[in-house]
Amino acid sequence: MEVLKIATAGSVDDGKSTLIGRLLYDTKSLTSDKLEAIEKTSKKNGYDYLDFSLATDGLVAEREQGITIDVAHIYFSTSTKSYIIADTPGHVEYTRNMVTGASTSQAAIILIDARKGVIEQTNRHFFINNLLRVKEVVVAINKMDLVDFSEERYIEIKSDFEQLMAKRDYQDQKITFIPVSALKGDNVVNKSQNTPWYEGETLLEHLESLDLAAVSNVGTPRFPVQYVIRPKTEDFHDFRGFAGKVYGGELSVGDEVVALPSQTRSKIKDIYFHDKKYQTASRRSSVTITLEDEINLSRGDMLVKAGDLPTIDKQFTATVSWMDSEKLISGKKYVVQHGVNKVLAKVDNIHHKINPDYSGIDSEVDSLGMNDIAKVTFKLNKPIFYDQFKNHRTNGSFILIDTQTNSTVGAGFIN
Amino acid sequence: MKDTSHINALENEAIYIFREVAAQFERPVLLFSGGKDSITLVRLAQKAFWPAKIPFPLMHIDTGHNFPETIEFRDRLVEELGLELIVRNVQDSIDQGKVKEETGRYSSRNILQTTTLLDAIEEFKFDACIGGARRDEEKARAKERIFSVRDDFGQWDERNQRPELFDMLNGQIELGQNVRVFPISNWTELDVWSYIKEEEIEIPSIYFAHKRKVFLRDGLIWSHSDYVYQEEDEEVLERMVRFRTVGDMSCTAAVFSDATDIESVVEEIRDSTISERGARIDDKRSEAAMEKRKQQGYF
Repeated sequence: MEVLKIATAGSVDDGKSTLIGRLLYDTKSLTSDKLEAIEKTSKKNGYDYLDFSLATDGLVAEREQGITIDVAHIYFSTSTKSYIIADTPGHVEYTRNMVTGASTSQAAIILIDARKGVIEQTNRHFFINNLLRVKEVVVAINKMDLVDFSEERYIEIKSDFEQLMAKRDYQDQKITFIPVSALKGDNVVNKSQNTPWYEGETLLEHLESLDLAAVSNVGTPRFPVQYVIRPKTEDFHDFRGFAGKVYGGELSVGDEVVALPSQTRSKIKDIYFHDKKYQTASRRSSVTITLEDEINLSRGDMLVKAGDLPTIDKQFTATVSWMDSEKLISGKKYVVQHGVNKVLAKVDNIHHKINPDYSGIDSEVDSLGMNDIAKVTFKLNKPIFYDQFKNHRTNGSFILIDTQTNSTVGAGFIN
Repeated sequence: MKDTSHINALENEAIYIFREVAAQFERPVLLFSGGKDSITLVRLAQKAFWPAKIPFPLMHIDTGHNFPETIEFRDRLVEELGLELIVRNVQDSIDQGKVKEETGRYSSRNILQTTTLLDAIEEFKFDACIGGARRDEEKARAKERIFSVRDDFGQWDERNQRPELFDMLNGQIELGQNVRVFPISNWTELDVWSYIKEEEIEIPSIYFAHKRKVFLRDGLIWSHSDYVYQEEDEEVLERMVRFRTVGDMSCTAAVFSDATDIESVVEEIRDSTISERGARIDDKRSEAAMEKRKQQGYF
């Protein structure tokens, strides 16, 4: 069984929550008590159909206003895959949630209302998923029932979207179009009788067919030290284990490694997962590594394979997504959290703002507001060990923390 | 090592979160109820820090209305693993006049726990409280972060949560604030049960089918006990039941079951058409019951 994380993006009223509710309903993932609650509330609200959006909209304000405010996580599974859906709201002001949802996802579903077609918001949804290099994108053209399941309309929207695709930066992203009606259930889980002209897979069939290895972003192995385990007990008197998660690729016993920042060389002696030893630590496993030589490593340091070093530098340029109501200001200091490593950083230069609707750049800027995306250079108080985001999704990304409020105020993707 | 099994992926994620807690906070604590989720947390914490001991204590906010089986189990586990256990009692908060015991048909000490918990956090100056809440449990919990910042009053501001990107966890807080940490956020009920089975984790006997004196109310099966208010016309029955979720006796309903071992429990959960929280009397109060409690500092 595999876990596939999916981000959803759509504008208000595109039927995103309904689509997710429909997925849950048709895969029989809604339990009878939840279904009962949906039936009850749908009736109370005077609908003659089941309002599946009630399955996901969790907060009181959301139910009152019929909108999704915050990222919600929804779980369901089939016999082949376990799914986690990050349901993110689509209004402009919540771009930060979309970036957040996409950051942990391998696939994305972008919803388009068949009546409205590709709108400014669609550009934004596509831009963000492309910026975050989500490998697999499904464009679900929804509310097909309201355009009489018209093939012409479907083709029209598809070709509008293809014009967007020509402008994208990350060309390897795979894009699949599916005509659906979330409300009526067409082509979500079950093949629709209303779209005989559509020969492709249903949404669920498509998700089921995705090969997880192929949609995962693989790079070179990076092992940031999270925590040093020194039990100092009789049995493990000299044990010094470096606990952390392996990113990008595998590490094996005997591998020659370089410790950063000291650049000291050693070899991997043992790899532990709990009390068992393993020959190899696979990608994304949380292991404890011991080395042949006694090297002093602490949190934030990194082990990499010899001959495969990341960039070690006290400055970098990144695409920043700003997420706070307080502006990012040129010259201001922030904490950069790069994986588990934290350094103090100063905004050296805001080169330009990038309009996330593909309408170009805006170069006369000295500050960034909520939801702005921009190319920014930072200077750091000590070097970090990074890869470009396009080569390494984890070691090429960071978050920005406000030194006064401690809030996470932005995210960045290193160029 | 395999990385394809999805339980394996969840386990690796939880271990990563535990290590972040130990590295980022000075005084973490694991909130332990004696339920299956917190027992699972203990196992994951063991794995995260082996061969060292779990570097933080366990704390139980005891309503005084627990199933005796749970308390017995708790004490044994703590002793076997050589862990430090802190117990704080809701009864004390009542005696100090900080909270009032609820009365009547649906009275429960569940909500009262919040005050005792917040007092204990202040007493020990805990900066991180690790809990076994899962996003699949309930709609308000689906919006919860892995590191969830609470203010001085323990309140959850759902409109103003920190975004969590990739797997970077920001645990920076001000003095007086604390973080609630949920390492098994992404697990489902079935995942927890499958893990308990795979790891052969011992859990309290009330999770398995047993004969118990119960009564029926509002379509739920209530335990017949001194702690649970019962009307005279509510007839006591003896039935084979088990508990899917374990809070205190006044807020946890049983389910009819013949599942006496872990294999049959996993099967039962897999085929179940009712959610786990369907048996939580505290959630039946209103559709927003959990959201309200969380805003007030409930875990």
